[in-house]
Order: sequence, then C-alpha cells, then structure tokens
Amino acid sequence: MHDFQYHRPASAADAAALLKGEAKVVAGGMTLIPTLKQRLAQPSDLVDLGGIAALKGVKAEGAGITIGAMTTHAEVARSADVQKAIPALAALAGGIGDPQVRNRGTIGGSVANSDPAADYPSAVLALGATIRTNKREIKADDFFKGMFETALQDGEIITAIHFPKPDKAGYSKFPNPASRYAIVGVFVAKAGSGVRVAVTGAGPCAFRSKELESALAASFTSDAAKAVKISASGLNSDLHATAAYRAHLVSVMASRAVAAAS
Amino acid sequence: MPTVEMTVNGKRASAQVEGRTLLVQFLREKLGLTGTHIGCDTSQCGACVVHVDGRAVKSCTMLAVQAAGAAVTTIEGLADGTTLHPMQEAFRDHHGLQCGFCTPGMVMTAIDLVKNNPNPSEEQIRHGLEGNICRCTGYHNIVKAVKSGASAMKG
Amino acid sequence: MAATGIGASVKRKEDYRFLTGQGTYTDDINRHGQTYAYILRSPHAHAEIAKIDLSAAKSAPGVIAILTGADYDKGGLPAGWQIHSKDGSPMIEPPHLPLCKDRVRHVGDQVALVVAETYAQAKDAAEQISVTYKELPAIISTGDADKAGKPQVWADAKNNTCFDWHIGDKAATDAAFAKAHHVTKIDLVNQRLVPNAMEPRAAVGDYDRATGEYTLYTTSQNPHVIRLLMGAFVLQIPEHKLRVVAPDVGGGFGSKIFHYAEEALVTWASAKINRPIKWTAERSESFITDAQGRDHVSHAELAMDKDGKFLGLRVSTIANMGAYLSTFAPCVPTYLYATLLAGVYKTPAIYAEVKAVFTNTVCVDAYRGAGRPEATYLLERLVDKAAREMKMDRVEIRRKNFIPTDAFPYQTPVALQYDSGDYFSTLDQAMKTADWAGFEGRRAEAKKRGKLRGIGISTYLEACGIAPSAVVGSLGARAGLYECGSIRVHPTGSVTVFTGTHSHGQGHETTFSQLVSDTLGIPIENVEVSHGDTNKIPFGMGTYGSRSLAVGGSALVKAMDKIIAKAKRIAAHLMEASAADVEFKNGTFTVAGTDKSVPFGTVALTAYVPHNYPITELEPGLEETAFYDPLNFTYPGGCHICEVEVDPDTGVTTVVNFTAVDDVGRVINPMIVEGQIHGGVTQGIGQALLENCVYDNDSGQLLTGSYMDYCMPRADDVPSYKVGTHATMCTHNPLGSKGVGEVGAIGSTPAVINAVLDALAPLGVQDITMPATPLKVWQAIQGAPTKMAAE
Repeated sequence: MHDFQYHRPASAADAAALLKGEAKVVAGGMTLIPTLKQRLAQPSDLVDLGGIAALKGVKAEGAGITIGAMTTHAEVARSADVQKAIPALAALAGGIGDPQVRNRGTIGGSVANSDPAADYPSAVLALGATIRTNKREIKADDFFKGMFETALQDGEIITAIHFPKPDKAGYSKFPNPASRYAIVGVFVAKAGSGVRVAVTGAGPCAFRSKELESALAASFTSDAAKAVKISASGLNSDLHATAAYRAHLVSVMASRAVAAAS
Repeated sequence: MPTVEMTVNGKRASAQVEGRTLLVQFLREKLGLTGTHIGCDTSQCGACVVHVDGRAVKSCTMLAVQAAGAAVTTIEGLADGTTLHPMQEAFRDHHGLQCGFCTPGMVMTAIDLVKNNPNPSEEQIRHGLEGNICRCTGYHNIVKAVKSGASAMKG
Repeated sequence: MAATGIGASVKRKEDYRFLTGQGTYTDDINRHGQTYAYILRSPHAHAEIAKIDLSAAKSAPGVIAILTGADYDKGGLPAGWQIHSKDGSPMIEPPHLPLCKDRVRHVGDQVALVVAETYAQAKDAAEQISVTYKELPAIISTGDADKAGKPQVWADAKNNTCFDWHIGDKAATDAAFAKAHHVTKIDLVNQRLVPNAMEPRAAVGDYDRATGEYTLYTTSQNPHVIRLLMGAFVLQIPEHKLRVVAPDVGGGFGSKIFHYAEEALVTWASAKINRPIKWTAERSESFITDAQGRDHVSHAELAMDKDGKFLGLRVSTIANMGAYLSTFAPCVPTYLYATLLAGVYKTPAIYAEVKAVFTNTVCVDAYRGAGRPEATYLLERLVDKAAREMKMDRVEIRRKNFIPTDAFPYQTPVALQYDSGDYFSTLDQAMKTADWAGFEGRRAEAKKRGKLRGIGISTYLEACGIAPSAVVGSLGARAGLYECGSIRVHPTGSVTVFTGTHSHGQGHETTFSQLVSDTLGIPIENVEVSHGDTNKIPFGMGTYGSRSLAVGGSALVKAMDKIIAKAKRIAAHLMEASAADVEFKNGTFTVAGTDKSVPFGTVALTAYVPHNYPITELEPGLEETAFYDPLNFTYPGGCHICEVEVDPDTGVTTVVNFTAVDDVGRVINPMIVEGQIHGGVTQGIGQALLENCVYDNDSGQLLTGSYMDYCMPRADDVPSYKVGTHATMCTHNPLGSKGVGEVGAIGSTPAVINAVLDALAPLGVQDITMPATPLKVWQAIQGAPTKMAAE
C-alpha cells in the first residue's frame, strides 16, 4: 500500500477535524486495509476511530438498543442486550465474515461502507434503524444511496446506530462459497408499524422488497415469502450467481428468515 | 516514521515503522517472529492469525500502529519452555498439521474458539475455522485436534 | 512391531518446530545485505511491448536496479519432456524467457524486475515504470484454440497446436466398436484448477563474488532438479558453483516441482548487483504465475457387448498448456493420462488422441494426481453413464469388468503393466464401510426433509512411484527418475539419513526415521533425516508422483543393505567368525549357533576407531549411498464412495459421508497415510464442487484471481472421512509400498459428481459440469444449461 499519515484521535470531534482533503476514516479496517493493500485507494491521512471510547459498546435505550459505531461484530453477537432485544441482529453479527473479521470489524464501518454484499445494511433497513452521526440523525430509509454510497457527507462520522425493538425478526443469508460475503441476505422484521423486509447482496446496495413486505404483511409465514416471485431485473450478476438465481434466492432466504424469526 | 510500542509474548517491543506497515510485517520483519505467516492478500486464509488483547485477529489486516499499546501473542508465545500449549499438543497428537504453514494461524484461532466456546461440537469447530484455510489436511484431523485440545484446555 | 517401527502411527518429528513457529520457510530466510525484488507483470493477456520507460522508476527511493528483457542475456526455461506427434514430428517448444523481450503472452507474464532496499520501495518504483503495450487479440478457450482463424500464441505453432499425439491400437479399437451391442458417449470438461499451496512461492538468490558460488533458497519440491535445470539450461552455472536449498516448504501439490522464472531472475540479478535478492509472491501473484492444473476437454466412447462387457474405448482430448511449456507439462496429458485409460477394467482395445494447445493463459502442469485424476474422472463418469444406458447396476457393471485378482501382472492396451491389485476387496470393504446397502433408507429419510440424497462410487487405479528411467526416457523424458539415498552411521551409532526426496507436508522425517530405525534396530531418536539442500544431499529427483517412499524409501533400503553387509564383515571380524555366518536382527549381530553377539553401536564405533579392524579388506567408516531406479510404476487403487444431499431450493450440495478404501501397498505410518488421503480427498471434493479457475474469454483476465472468487475448501465445506486401506504389495520394490500422495485426489472427484447426479436423477438431470456449484445445480434442476454466469 501507499504510505499515509496515521492519526488516532480520542474523540469524534477530533476525528472530524482531521478529515480534510484525501484523509480517510478507518474503523475496523476489514474493507479499507485490503483495499489499501491492493493500492486501490491512496489516502493522505488515515484517521483511526479505534481510540475513541465513546463510540464503543451496546446499551438498551427505551425498548430498543443503541450500538456504538466502533462496536465489533463479535461484541454485538455476544451482547446479552442485543440477544434479548433483537436476537436476529445478534445472529446476523455472529455470522459476518469469519471469527477474526468479527473481532475487528465494526457496525459503523460496515454501515458507512454500504458494501452491496455486507450483512448489516439489511438489518438497519428492515428494522428501521436510525444512524446517528457527529452532525445529525439519519433514517435508515434515507441512508443507503447506492454501491459504496451513503447519505454521509464529508467529515461526517457515524457515532452510533439505534435499533427499535421489533415484535419478531429473522435473518437468512446465502453466502458466496468463496468469499463468504452475502450473495443474498434477507432480513425480515415485524413490528407494530408493519412488516419490513430488506435484501442485501442482490442489488447495488441493500434495498427493501415491497413485494415481500406486502406478502408478509398479509401472512407472516415462510410459505407466503417463498411464493413471492422476485424480478431479476436490476439485480447483480457475477461468476457465482446470475440475477435470476439471486432473484430466486431472495424468496428462499426470505422464507428461511421468517422461519428463523423470533 | 512513527515509533510503535506494544507487548509481544509478554515482552515490550518497539520499532520505527511506516504508517502502512502491517502488524504481520512488524512481527516478522522487525521482531523476527517468523512463525506468523502470510498466505494471502485478501484477509481470507488466516495464516497470519495472532491474538491482540486476547482476541484472534488477522495480523495482515491490521496496521502495526493500530496495535500500539496492545498485548500481542503469537505462536512463539504459546509454549511454556519446552512444554507445548495443550492445543499445540493436541495438533501433534492428532496429526492436525502437514506442511505446517497454516498451522500457527490455525492453532491461534483454535485457542480463541475454545476460549469462547469450551465445549464446541464438530459443526461449531468447522464453522469456527471458517477464516483459516488449510490445503493439506482436509481439516479432518484439525477438527479432531481442536476437539481434543478443548478438553485438554479445561484440565 | 516396535512402537516406532514400520506400521506404527508414530507422532511426527517435524511437528514441534511447526507448532512453535520455528519452521524455516523460504520467506523466513534473510541474508546479510539482502535486497527485495518486485516483478512488474503484464496486465494484458496478449500484447506487444512497444516501449518501456524506466526513467522515473530508476530514480525512485531505494531502487538498486531495474532489469528488463533487454538486459536478459541468458537462456530460457526448458521443458523436461518431449512428445512427438502422430506424424513423428516433435512438439513445438517455444522459447520461455524469464523476462519477456517484445511480447507478453498471459496476464502475469514478467516484464521488469525491480530491485530495491525494501519490498515496498520496489513496488512503489514499479508503479513509476511506463510500459506502452500494443494489445493483440487473445485465445483463451481450450476447446477453441485449435480452430482455424483464432489468435495465434506462437507463430510456429499452427492452430496453436503444440502436439497431436496418440496411443493405443486404432484398428483394434475400431473393430471392437464395429461389433458393439451398445456405445455410450460422453463429453466432459475437466476444469482448470489453481494448486494453491498455502505458502506462496518465494526465492532468495545470493551470489558470493569471493567464491563465485551462487546459492538459491527456493520453495521447491526438488532442489536438485532446479539446480540442473537452472544451472545447465538457463543460467549456465555448473553444479559445483550452484547450491539450491529448499528449506521447509509449505505445501506443493505439484506446483513447486517446476523451474520458475523468479528463481532464475533473483539468482542472475544477485550476481549483477552483488547482493542477495529476495522475492516473495503475493497470493494474487501466485494466481497468475504458479502453474495451474487439469484443463481438458474430452469426448469418450465406450463399446459394450449385450452383457455390459467393455469391448473398446475411444478418447479424444484437448489439453491446454497455457502460453508456454512448463517443466513437465507435455507428459501430463499424455503419459500420465492416456496410459491410465484402462483403469481397473479389462477393456481389450483402447485408442486415445490428445492434442495439446497453447492459449494466452498461465502455464498448466502437474497438479496433485496430474493426468490420472482426469483419466479417472472420464472413465468413472463414462462407466456410470454406461450402466444407466444399459439399465445395469453401477456396481455390477464395474465388477463384471474388473481385472481379476489372479490376472496380475496385467498388461493393458495402453502401455502399462500392473503388478498387483485387488479391486474386488477394496470395493467390498468400501461398500460395507459406507453402508451402501442401507442407502435407499437414508434417501427416503432425506426426502422427508425435502432433500435430494445421492450416492456415488468410483473404482480407480493410478500409476505412480515415478518412475523407471529407461521407460520414461523412451517416452520422451529428458531426465532419469531414480532416487538417491545415503545412510551415514556416526561413530556412536546414531544415523543421519540423506534423501533426495523433499518433504513439504508428507512427514518424511518421521516415515524415513521409522524405516531406518526399524531396519537398523536403533531407537528412532537416533535417526535424523536431512533433505532439501544440494550441498548436503548427494543427488535427488525430488518429491512428486507419489514417489518418495516407493522410490526414495527403496533407495534408503538399498543403502541400508550396503551398510548391513559392511557391518556384518566388521562384526564377523570382532566375533572372529565368517561374515557368511553373521546374522543381523534387532540391532544386534550374532553368529549362528553361538552365543556371540555385537551390538550395532559397537560395530559403528569400530568402523570409525578401527584399532581392531580388517583394514586390509575393508575401508574404515560406515556410510553408504544408493541410487534406486524402479523397475516399473506402482499401481495404487481402490474405491471411493460419496454420499451427498442436495437442497433443491438453493442448489447447495452437502457432502454428508465420504468413504475411501485404498490399496497403497505397505504402510509405514498409518496416521500419515490417512492424513494424505484426507487432504487428497478434500482437493478432489474441491474440484467436484467448489474450485474453478475462470478467465474472461475475451480479455484473458483471470476472474478467479483471489480467495474472494476462487473457492478453496474450508473446514465447513467437508465432512469427517471414513478411511481404510487394503494392501496388496508392490511386487517390484523392496518395501512393497505403492504411494499415497495422490490417491485421494484421483479417486474422489468422480465419486462426488456421480453422487450429485444420482441425487438429481429423479429430476431427469443426467449431466453437470464441474464444479457443481449451487448455481449450476439449481440451473440443472430448472432444466437450464449449467454454466457459470461469466462463462
């Protein structure tokens, strides 16, 4: 990789102040460091959020939970609070990447990156989470803008994500056999406000499936999800999965997510 | 160049590094701890796994400067003199290694796995080794070794 | 049997160093004053190099030298085997320079060697090199390469054809087909694989101007072969001035047999800059430079009588060589493939044609099994299909055509003479272990869970223990394939064993120690095995083709025979007896019919302190070397049975049971033998279900160039295995051992695919291409063509 200036600020404000020009934020580094190693990015400065204690940890907030941006996937998976409030979220975190990735990768990094094959964005969308930054709060529905694109502005840093507690939620993923990233992941959530279903892996970024949402609003059952025919139009196609196969897997994963929902 | 300081295998270690120096490069090149290996460049193979503050991480996907102040344990730090760690012993007893290249990462991962789950089932072991690739053993004997190592670690 | 003797599962001697991080792999070696090399590689599959501008790069920080094809004044990498086409003409052997001069022929081809004080500096400087390429159309597809009008990799290889070879009796085979009751036909692709030893290749070149000696530390399975090839053919360094060391090597699987450009470059350039140079591949570099495996497109036909007896077999194969000829590439799809087409069956007439083609891809050469997995896959798919078409049981059709156990030695119609085997016993044992009889019950139970369960079988044989020199020489090999072993008995009776084989995971330090300790009757702790250094080992041909025990172990037996013969004469002198009356057993020399005895240690000490010694008849010392040239190949074989469950909703295939019963001849260390089978089977399952090396057909870019896309088997992809052995002894080597390194990878792949097809048979699916990924299985279930999205 190219060399850069490394910074380890102690607060989000200090971090934001360092984000000028070609500076980049590093959270867990699970995407950024491999990208730098391949010389696909050349930041002048790297601003490491790892030293900011305020960004770490899980706390119950109202009926929901708030997860600090620098909380690792392993910490979310093991958190008794998360397991109690939203077991599907703990299960999702426990299935990201591999154990070593879960020990370093963070929820803030994953959500800010909007990788089309990342797991967390589906949970953020389906649970109607709120993304808190050093500047504002952003509704999940307004956050994911495209492949590696979000509503975050320059100098804006995710500090925490708040998840309201659903009545029931479930996640099911079909991993890429090689990379283990999601080829398709579907998160379903049922709450007083209705059913929300979000899909990751299949499109340019995580998206909600209106077809699945209406089918599951009518009948929150595996069979109802499986019966939904998803259009392949606009879905990703690569070596491992055609768009048609992904479309099919969306229904199958949705049905499994419903079956797993608790 | 910044100077980075950390504890490695219980000893203080410091060296001048570039910002871009990876933890694995620091260990191998600055400290001569060549037991930690580099098997890929996409954070998949797990040959480079070490413990940072008690958790298994891929040292090829962490900057040395990010480990400043941390306690790092490598494969060289497991044995007590000539007495192998129970997990090392289990790998030997069950022929859980052939060429030895993936072995350090595999053993470091296995210890972390057992720490989080002292009684892992075969399925849990296989999933827990998802981040470590071995081309020699077909995993059969590694799984046996981890299971046996888990029992031994309790004793 | 002693606890450490032949047949005991002795824990490995090498494990302590590997488990404590004390192994010494090539990248762990650092020489005083060492520099680092980065190699700038072609981003194009096929292009002319119009211009290289080094001006900016040469002044980059830390740069010591930048060398290109224009600087390179030595030889090309040689091919070690020459094949002749049907018409008698020799194969086309294009030049293979370590640095390209005017044209690049695959993505990854070497364009410039950048040497700097640090690796990061070398890589930074390489970014400053400006190369102007004139892109040319590329040919990638194996099946299309020989068609008219395609881009040409080499001007003198018309239609990209390297050779067009055949074996067998065409007339007899045609006659067999003419009288056939039924002919089963099959078209198969044996996809390209990337070997992926976990240790990336590395090389350290170190020239000593004071002595004129070169040392190369390299990730090799055969350091003496590299010394010969690089010394004699590439750099013209005589053997006595060139030392090649292959220290601990992190897996090979064939890919570290060959002589690679980087080895020559660091050795050559270290003399130019008068400093050591280290090069270590990054994994993404390994993907585009390590020789790859398999890559056959085949059509086969099997003629049968009305009872399903095989009458004749016709095979036509196109084999992809890549852009150049790697060291042993030409022998893989010929003498290691087509000679195996009899398999375990008494097919009386066989005719095979193999056309080797050049393409703008990475070289293809031996990968675990090398030719024999391709032959086995073809045969076992064909036999299963024949059984279906003949409405016969797939086990019965095999039994009906097996070579009878009393028919050995058995001469096949394709050159080989099998010395021993018992295919009925390995079949029976495997079926029993796998509970073949209970399968339909398991299938029904799975169906209740919504899963499609299938079982598949493969009965196979392979030829290894490579190889009788005169035989391979007559077939085109440019080297002998004997092995060398030395036994050095030290004055106090401990022993150092020097073997020309190389251990990169096989556990030779343990197996050979067991062999020597058992034979000489000394404690295993008193035996040390040395390998991998041309300055220590008299000679050697290395480790591949499952040869180390069968050939290298036999050389050690021969050397020990000499030791014992000499020791008996010394013992006879000490006991004042005739050497003819001296017996040696359990480490003690005795005189028949007396109570006289002398232990091995006393004889050793006497040999080195010859105060009371038959000095007029015998030299002092106790050290012997033997070269062993095998009389024939060895022929392991057996039966693999795979049971899978397919999830029809997703197309995911799960291997739920795998049984391997193999005949590998005499086993020295069962633990190590089983480990070899586990690993081989996993690679075989990898080929069947997971692994695929895919190039973009137009650009020639490797689409599976990292572990993000090339699917390596992981722990949760495979089950625990049931492994057994049933031995018939090799009849022509002193150990009776046949070899075990490759059997797992050879027997397993067709068993897996046959199981997948058995699972899918109720849906009418009759064919699937490897790897049977979830996508392809799902497509097959949908009735669609089973291709990867980007193919």
